[in-house]
Amino acid sequence: MTEGLQGPAPEERPQPSGRRNAQGIRIDPEMEAVHDPRRTALSALVQNEPGVLAKISGLVSRRQFNIESLTVGTTTNPETSRVTLVIEEPEPGIRQVEKQLEKLVNVISVRELGDDAIRRELVVLKVHGEEPDKVNAITDMYGGETLDAGPRTITVQITGDEQKIDDAIDAFRQFGIRELARTGQTALARGEEWTTHAEEERYERTQVRQ
Amino acid sequence: MSEGQQPPRTGEPERAEPETAEATEASERPVTSGAESVARALERTDVETLFGVQGGAIMPVYDALYDSPLDHVTMAHEQGAAHAADAFGIVSGEPGICLATSGPGATNLVTGLADASMDSDPLVALTGQVPSTMVGTDAFQETDTTGVTNPVTKENYFAGDADSVGDTVGEAFALADAGRQGPTLVDLPKDITTGSTDSEPAAGTTPETYDPPERADSEAVETAAGVLARADKPVILAGGGVIKGEACAELREFATEYGIPVVTTMPAVGAFPEDHELAMEMAGMHGTGYANMAITHCDAMFAVGTRFDDRLTGGVETFAPEAEIIHADIDAAEISKNVAADYPLLGEASVVIEQVHGAMADERAADMAATGERFQEWVEQCQQWQTDYPMDYPMDEDDPLKPQFVVETVDTATDDDTIVTTGVGQHQMWAVQYWTYTEPRTWVSSHGLGTMGYGLPSAIGARFAADDDQSVVCFDGDGSFLMTLQELAVAVRENLDITVFILNNEAVGMVRQWQDSFHGGRRMASEYPWVPDFAALAEAFGARGFRMEGHDEVADVIEDALAYDGPSVVDAFIDPTEDVYPMVPSGGANGQFVLAEEQL
Repeated sequence: MTEGLQGPAPEERPQPSGRRNAQGIRIDPEMEAVHDPRRTALSALVQNEPGVLAKISGLVSRRQFNIESLTVGTTTNPETSRVTLVIEEPEPGIRQVEKQLEKLVNVISVRELGDDAIRRELVVLKVHGEEPDKVNAITDMYGGETLDAGPRTITVQITGDEQKIDDAIDAFRQFGIRELARTGQTALARGEEWTTHAEEERYERTQVRQ
Repeated sequence: MSEGQQPPRTGEPERAEPETAEATEASERPVTSGAESVARALERTDVETLFGVQGGAIMPVYDALYDSPLDHVTMAHEQGAAHAADAFGIVSGEPGICLATSGPGATNLVTGLADASMDSDPLVALTGQVPSTMVGTDAFQETDTTGVTNPVTKENYFAGDADSVGDTVGEAFALADAGRQGPTLVDLPKDITTGSTDSEPAAGTTPETYDPPERADSEAVETAAGVLARADKPVILAGGGVIKGEACAELREFATEYGIPVVTTMPAVGAFPEDHELAMEMAGMHGTGYANMAITHCDAMFAVGTRFDDRLTGGVETFAPEAEIIHADIDAAEISKNVAADYPLLGEASVVIEQVHGAMADERAADMAATGERFQEWVEQCQQWQTDYPMDYPMDEDDPLKPQFVVETVDTATDDDTIVTTGVGQHQMWAVQYWTYTEPRTWVSSHGLGTMGYGLPSAIGARFAADDDQSVVCFDGDGSFLMTLQELAVAVRENLDITVFILNNEAVGMVRQWQDSFHGGRRMASEYPWVPDFAALAEAFGARGFRMEGHDEVADVIEDALAYDGPSVVDAFIDPTEDVYPMVPSGGANGQFVLAEEQL
C-alpha cells in the first residue's frame, strides 16, 4: 500500500469471539436471549405546572417509545399531578422510559407499578339504539351505567381494568358502535404500598404537622 | 470598535477596562423592572461576557445591560452567539450566556442549543418574547420558543412575572451548570421585562426536584473495583464527562498508578495526555487503530462519563464484546441506554474515580497478583498495536499539500495549552487525529450534533474565555467556514487574536469521501469549486488573509499568521483526494477499521 495508513488489514487481525445483542447486552453463549417486550404501567408524580405534560409527551415521542396510553390528573396535593403511562417495551426500554422521565426537572418521582397494582380505565361508548333491552343487559353485566338513551343511540360508560374494557367493547359490537372514547389506564399501587416514594415522604411530613 | 465591550483578559492592547467606580455603582442601582432584575441575576454569576444580537422583544433587557458592567459581544447571527457561548462554556467550565430576540432570533439559536444539548455543554439562552397578552396570537416575531426548544434544552422556562424573572434566570444558570451540564433557556415576554418590580433576584439555586447523585454506592464500587483488579486486559474509556466533571487529575492518577491504558471519546480529547505511554487516544469511527483494537479486545472497561454514541461504538453487537462494563455516569438515563452496563456507578466523575481508585487498593492488598505487573502484558500489546497501526501519512515534497502536515506543523508552532476549535468534516478529524492534545478544555468541537459552521463562532467564544497568553486556532473546512463566516466581522471589530486555518479541498470533503466510498463516486452536490478566495475575503472583512499551497511555505505562513495580533485566515489548498482514515464504517466493528478505501 503506497497511499494511506499502514498496518495489517482487517482480515489479518485477531477477532474476539464474543458478541452483544441489539440491546447492547453481552451475550452469554450458554443462554443467548433478548428481552421481549412486555406491557407495564409507570406512575410519575410531577409538578402541576403548565407545559409539564408537553415535556413528557415530547420526550416520549422524540425517543420513539411505544406508548399505549398516558393519563394525567391532579392529586391531593394541588402542586402535583400524577401521570400514568402504559408502555410496551423490552426491559431495557422500560428502564429507559423510567430514567428519562426521572430526568425531567418537573418530574418528582417515577415508579413502575407491580402486577398487582390497581389499574382502571373508563370507556364511554355510543351504540345504535334499536335494542335497548339487550344493550341494558350487557351494560349491567359489565357493571356499567347508561348515560344517555334515545330512540337512535344509547351511550354507556364502563370502568374496569384493560381486559374488562376490551371485553365490554367486544360485547357491545353486536349493536354497532357509533363512537367510543376511552381514557387509558390510571393506577395506584395496592394496599399499604405507596405508588411513588415522594408521596410517602410528603404524607409523613404533613401528618407530623397535623 | 465599540468602547467598553472588550473584556480585559483577552489581552488586546489599549482597551479601556470598565471604570471600577461606575461598575460598582451600576451593580448597586436599584432594580426597577423585570429587565433590571434579569441583568442583576446575570451580574450575580461569575460570567462577564455575554453573546447576542439585539432585537425588538429583547430590547428592554439590552436597555438594562446598558448600565451593567457586563461585556456584551454583538454577534453577526444568533447561531454565532449560541456557538460562542457554548465554546465559552467548554473553555471556562462556567455556563456561557447568549441572548436573542423573539421569533427568528430565538429560532436561530436552536442549532446552537441542540449542539450544546448533545455535548452536555453548559449554556444559558435568554430570548425575548412578544408581550404575554399577545402570546398565541401569531403576533409579529412570535414563535413558541419553549415549545420549539423543548427537545434541545435541559430545561426551559417561560417567565411569568416581573417579580420572579430574575430568580428564574438565576435558576436557569444554576441548572445549566449542575449535575450533567447542559443548555437552559428563559423566554422573556416584553411586558414581563418592562414590568415594574423592585425584587432583587436571589442567588441562583437548582430546583428541589433536581438532585444529581454525588457518590456511587460503595458496595457497587467495591464490586466494580474487584472486576477491574481481576481483569487481564482492562481499559479506561474516558468520555466528555471526565472533563465536564473536572475529573482529569483523578483519571490521570488512577490510570498511571495501575498502568491501565486510556482510550478517550472525541469530547474527552485532552482529558488524558496523548503523549503518555498509556494513551491510546480517541476511539470510534475515525479513532486510532490502536484505540479501536484496545476497546475491541479488552476484558474489562471502566467507562466514565460517556453516552456510548454510535460514532464511538460502531455496531453495539461488536462493541467491546468480551468486556465486563463498569459505567460511571452522573446521569442515570445513560446507564444501559446504548450499551448494557454490568456494573453501573452513579455519581460525579471525579468522586467515582476516586472511589474506585481507593477500592482498587483494597483489592490489590487482597490479591497481590492483581494489577501492576499483571497488566504489563496487556499494555505491551496495546503499544504493539500503536506500532502496527501508526497515525502516519506518506508525503513527498511534490505532493499536493497534506492536511495532516498542516495540522502537525501548527501544533509544533504553538504551545501545549493552545485551544483548537473546529468546524465539522474531514478537517475536524485531521485536527483531532494529528494534533497532540495534552490538556483538558483545549479541544472545542461539535461532537454529537456535528454542526458545520461551528468553528469560527466557537473560536470567538473560546477567545473570550481563554487566558491572555493562550493561543486560539481554528481548523475549518471550506464548506463549514462558509456557513458562519460572517462572524469574521465580529472577530475584526473586537480585534480577537485567533487564527483560522481553512483546509480547503473545494468540497464538503466528508460527504465527498462517503460518496466515493458508498455511492459509487457519484459526487452529488458535494463539490464546491465556487468557494470564494478566502484570503481576499478575510481582507475584505479587515482581517489578515494568507494563502498556503506547497509544503515548503507551510511553516512560514503559519509563523506569520500566528504572529499577527488579530484575526487571520489562512486559506490552505490541500490535496483534494486526501481522505480520512482509519475509518469504522457506520454500524461496523471497531476492530475492523479500514485503513484505505480499498479495504471498505
